[in-house]
Amino acid sequence: MSGKYKTPLLDELEKGPWPSFVTEIKKAAKKSDMAEDSLGQLEYSFETKRGYWKHGGIVGVLGYGGGVIGRYSDLPDKFPGVKFFHTVRVNQPSGWFYTTKALREICDIWDKYGSGLTNIHGSTGDLVLLGTNTESLEALFAELSSRGWDLGGSGSAMRTPSCCVGPARCEWANYDTLDVIYNLTQEYQDELHRPAFPYKFKIKAAGCACDCVAAIARADLSIIGTWKGNIQIDQAEVKKYADSGMNIQAEIIDMCPTKCMSYDGKTLRIDNAECNRCMHCIAKMTKALKPGTERGATICIGSKAPIVVGSLLSWVIVPFIKVEPPYTELKDLIRKIIGYWDDNAKARERIGELIEAKGMRPFLEAIGVPPQPQQVKMPRKDPFFFFKEEDFEQVYTKDKY
Amino acid sequence: MALPQRKPDIGPPHYEQFLPPLIKKNYGKWKYHEILDPGTMVHVAEGGDAIYTVRVASPRILATDTIREICEIADKYCGGYLRFTSRNNIEFLVSDKSKVEPLKKELKDKKYTIGGIGSRLSNVVHTQGWVHCHGAATDASGLVKAMMDELYEYFTTKELPNKVRLAVACCVNMCGAVHCSDIALVAVHTKVPPVDHERLGKICEIPTVIASCPTSAIRPDPAKKSVTINYDKCMYCGNCFTVCPAIDIKDPERDGVAIVVGGKVGSLRSDPKFSKLAIPFFYNEPPRWPKVVAAVKNILETYAKHAKKHERVGEWIERIGWEKFFKLTGIEFTFQHIDDFTFARETFRTSAAFKY
Repeated sequence: MSGKYKTPLLDELEKGPWPSFVTEIKKAAKKSDMAEDSLGQLEYSFETKRGYWKHGGIVGVLGYGGGVIGRYSDLPDKFPGVKFFHTVRVNQPSGWFYTTKALREICDIWDKYGSGLTNIHGSTGDLVLLGTNTESLEALFAELSSRGWDLGGSGSAMRTPSCCVGPARCEWANYDTLDVIYNLTQEYQDELHRPAFPYKFKIKAAGCACDCVAAIARADLSIIGTWKGNIQIDQAEVKKYADSGMNIQAEIIDMCPTKCMSYDGKTLRIDNAECNRCMHCIAKMTKALKPGTERGATICIGSKAPIVVGSLLSWVIVPFIKVEPPYTELKDLIRKIIGYWDDNAKARERIGELIEAKGMRPFLEAIGVPPQPQQVKMPRKDPFFFFKEEDFEQVYTKDKY
Repeated sequence: MALPQRKPDIGPPHYEQFLPPLIKKNYGKWKYHEILDPGTMVHVAEGGDAIYTVRVASPRILATDTIREICEIADKYCGGYLRFTSRNNIEFLVSDKSKVEPLKKELKDKKYTIGGIGSRLSNVVHTQGWVHCHGAATDASGLVKAMMDELYEYFTTKELPNKVRLAVACCVNMCGAVHCSDIALVAVHTKVPPVDHERLGKICEIPTVIASCPTSAIRPDPAKKSVTINYDKCMYCGNCFTVCPAIDIKDPERDGVAIVVGGKVGSLRSDPKFSKLAIPFFYNEPPRWPKVVAAVKNILETYAKHAKKHERVGEWIERIGWEKFFKLTGIEFTFQHIDDFTFARETFRTSAAFKY
């Protein structure tokens, strides 16, 4: 069935050395009318410089309110194969590890019920199956779930949590990112599959401040690994870096943001009380330096992309928390955070926007976290501030102020 | 054949069953890693075990037959285990050192692109674009392919001062991490959208439409049972279209691509940063967007030439100053560069100390 459409513009994108998505669509088009018509419609988009997918549409599997994104062509007469072209989000395993057996099983199911096109992976982390019709959804779900796979989140719901490679293959993991994310995902199955939140809520877990999953920028709740105590130094390995040509003064000492390091040509010294644990030195001297031994995470809140009133990076709310099974402290904190948001947010208001609108104090009070200097870059600059009566009883007592 | 019994709310499969035995054995016990070449690294455990990772580019859109090909390779060299990175690279995990070079040879023979590790480009995080999104103002996969063909060597061989993270978003919703990337493309609309009054009253909730606007540009129009958009206030974000298809903001002639630079997510050396506007607009020029690609290459190579070792794009720009960035790159400075949105006041200069 291949060759139904001439695609001179897309053919251009099969040239050149970088792997081509057009080649992928053509490959799928050999076996699927849906994929072939998606190729035809895409060529038409390239010709006319606009997309031709209809706006939304509610489809799903029984008992779920999310996990499937309805997608319909605006030009079903011209491209009948993509009259329906729904997206199915499959919840990825922690750290995106797979066996070939599992991937083949998904491929076989997907060839049977869909276009044969995938996104490995989608932006939030799911294994995305691109393009199926409404009738196939129940059968597809039965085949997937009976083999141990479930759908991810969509809409105003808990979105599929994701994490970095963590302790599976990284020496900097300050807690078990894979296990936390597996546990949180299981904990929130109802919130994930049945949208009942004001808007989306994303959780990402990074094992250290390098943040390979962009938790600080792309998650309403960012869990970022950190430690307390002294960076572990292996002076013999420091010497080897120096001997192999690393300019320790220029590349490490001078680039330390807190200037807490020194090197006399023999010994590397760190004033750990001044270190802000940024990870630069550790990342550049992986053999010589290691995080301290009391490990945990910093919890930050609120990051999101620009819609509606500008992008936000996550804000520190809990400077240090132990992250150990069964994760009771973390889970309790998240329940309180979501509870406050759910009780107070308007429709389509992310938690960062809610905190901005209502102020940090009500939020911190609701989740039981005290004010700490680690939460701010600087205190307020204008002399306008709220007082509560209780502040005069608890803080500004006459014996002290 | 009867369908198997469905099992709702089981959640994802447990990750442990997908970990290679060597990783399971050394889980949480890794001591250090070394980058051996642009596409290979080794992680060494406390006890001396070593796992080799070979990283390969992916177009992210993968046909099932390609996944099967990748699986065959992983069966042959990796005991049937593999993983994907947060930037959609494929990682082959090799426990047997003697298999690393044969694996790389087979990958090269089969035209896979090996690289992306260390101080260079990794894969590009991007969105669906015209391939599969209703709101796309450009095609993300097309832009990525055109850009990476041109910057190919910065993935496979050439070194940069530090890693450079590229991203593409096909509208300002930014399902990709554009807002905190070193160099990123974001598709923008540039015209106030027309309102289809006939359809709006029938298919949209008017209060929701009004509330969706970040600049309060939308007012009710009771006579038409619709809304009107204030031309002086609308910044074409398209959020109204997200909640109401009767305000179709897509415009083939005036949708285009902006370039933003200087963002990062890690805390190394300096705090995570937002990307900031470098070039406000290019017309969509499919299939290869030559002007956009040339502009990205110019920014990347100007950075490569001037930044100090280990400086990310944003750190380099902050050291030299934005005025110097515009001078070095030759990028024209326009009214669009001066912020007039939420955080504008923080961006105006408050000192007489600056460069020319």
